[in-house]
Amino acid sequence: MISKSLVIIGGGPAGLAAAIAAYDAGERDILVLERDCVLGGILNQCIHNGFGLHTFKEELTGPEYSARYVRKVEERKIEAKLDTMVIDLSNDRIVTAINETDGLFRIAAKAVILAMGCRERPRGALNIPGARPAGIFSAGTAQRFVNIEGYMPGREIVILGSGDIGLIMARRLTLEGAKVRMVCEIMPYSGGLKRNIVQCLDDYDIPLRLSHTVTKIHGKDRVEGVSVAAVDDNRMPIAGTEEFVSCDTLLLSVGLIPENELTRKAGVAINPKTQGAIVDESLETTIPGIFAAGNVLHVHDLVDHVSTEAELAGKNAVRFIRGLDKGSSAVAIETGFGVRYTVPSRVHPAAATAITTIRFRTDNVYRDSYLSVLLDDERVQHLKKRILTPGEMEEVLIPAKWLLTRPGLKKITILVEKE
Amino acid sequence: MSEKKELTCIGCPMGCQMEVTLENGVIKSIAGATCKKGELYAAKEVVDPRRIITSILPVDGGIYAMAPVKTATDIPKGDIRKCMECLKTIRIDAPVSIGQVIVADLGGTGVALIATRDIPKR
Ligand SMILES: Cc1cc2nc3c(=O)[nH]c(=O)nc-3n(C[C@H](O)[C@H](O)[C@H](O)COP(=O)(O)OP(=O)(O)OC[C@H]3O[C@@H](n4cnc5c(N)ncnc54)[C@H](O)[C@@H]3O)c2cc1C
Ligand code: SF4
Repeated sequence: MISKSLVIIGGGPAGLAAAIAAYDAGERDILVLERDCVLGGILNQCIHNGFGLHTFKEELTGPEYSARYVRKVEERKIEAKLDTMVIDLSNDRIVTAINETDGLFRIAAKAVILAMGCRERPRGALNIPGARPAGIFSAGTAQRFVNIEGYMPGREIVILGSGDIGLIMARRLTLEGAKVRMVCEIMPYSGGLKRNIVQCLDDYDIPLRLSHTVTKIHGKDRVEGVSVAAVDDNRMPIAGTEEFVSCDTLLLSVGLIPENELTRKAGVAINPKTQGAIVDESLETTIPGIFAAGNVLHVHDLVDHVSTEAELAGKNAVRFIRGLDKGSSAVAIETGFGVRYTVPSRVHPAAATAITTIRFRTDNVYRDSYLSVLLDDERVQHLKKRILTPGEMEEVLIPAKWLLTRPGLKKITILVEKE
Repeated sequence: MSEKKELTCIGCPMGCQMEVTLENGVIKSIAGATCKKGELYAAKEVVDPRRIITSILPVDGGIYAMAPVKTATDIPKGDIRKCMECLKTIRIDAPVSIGQVIVADLGGTGVALIATRDIPKR
């Protein structure tokens, strides 16, 4: 068995940023394991622009954003094994992986960073009646077909789900000559960024049908059309509103789920809301020395946040390797009204950095409300917000002095208040 | 001649619906914006909307069949179709390197088309 100080599973933006940060914190014995034949992760297929506005103050495309991190990894000569699939992780940080040159091998790691990203929800999770004809793709699969392989999935397209990948694909397919008939969204609001609604749909006069869903897929061998219906407040189709829309392709853009099979195998506790690991302020999971960052932890809309989060995991993994003690007492971070989840979900006051960033999403759209933070029962933040939507990740910043000046503190609560 | 144009602000998740009134092509009023950022966006978007265009080109002899490309800066929104037509006529040879200029002046816009990914030879 090989030994390594730090093993990073996944070579996407999260894995790369974590590796660079760990290197820059002084660690040299790092290994990145990536199952694909190149580094960079899913961004290699996201050829549109709009990445890196926060990090680089310029608008990059996905491959360009990834390339910057790949270059930094190469400059530092950080070791990466490609075409290498990690198949097991134990609770004492033994990583089992497989590739063609080394076969099956095991690595004993002092620390592990999980950076496996996320995958798309499959159609199975949706239960639309109809046969299983050809012409049904997840939006991300279609993105890979078009952008990497140069193959068009169809000519006349309906997209179900208005998440960002679906919106981006509506524009991509239109530019490549397909006719996108409409985007249907079961919720009364889109989960996608406003910018994408304007620049991907409005620019090309593609209709967005809010509170609508696909109730039936027509066609036996190939999709010939779909039935689209309005839904009521309980998201149930309203009888009599069904309409036939002809198309040869249905794209599903119905959400992403963190890729956590390995995490579960290791016995790491999972937050049912995020489907990602439960972590503390250092992004350490419930198993010592196993950290998580990026989409494997919770689904991000902006890769910039993935990179900053992963840098934190990289630094903290090095602190762990060097034996930093976080102290035993941790303060719980709880979700109050309107908040669906928080990352992290606990913080050790003794180890907290000057500012701890807590990221979260709301469970609904809230207008003209307040974002509040309670330390036990004391309200320390009450911030007016014109809008809070589940589609945009929010954050609150917790200064260390809030924690250090309250020795008996039990919990921090993040909540939305009407007034 | 007076004309009204409707648009959605992309400045933040509020997505304010704005209405711009033009008099002979000159902006007279902007209604519906909640903040200054929205007005600035509307003023630019109504008079001179621009977009960066990204697409793919077929590559011969590379490890991938397609190379992603983008316009080096934004181009007038009205030129998008024309530029996409131009792209259909282009094939390139591997190796391709990130930042490489593929076409110096895309469709008469004066803007270059550049590669956004390294595509090594197969
Ligand atoms: C289809 C799709 C489109 C997206 N489009 C956008 C977008 O337009 N803009 C945006 O900001 N964000 C987008 N995202 C979100 C995007 O994933 C993140 O911004 C960012 O790429 C996340 O980085 P990551 O490193 O966490 O995950 P990823 O980029 O997914 O990287 C994870 C890496 O881990 C590897 N891996 C997974 N499991 C294993 C294993 N067992 N062994 C070895 N390697 C493994 C994968 O091959 C992959 O390279 C998209 C996501 C998807 C799925
Ligand atoms: S006008 Fe201001 S508040 Fe309204 S969407 Fe634009 S930036 Fe947001």
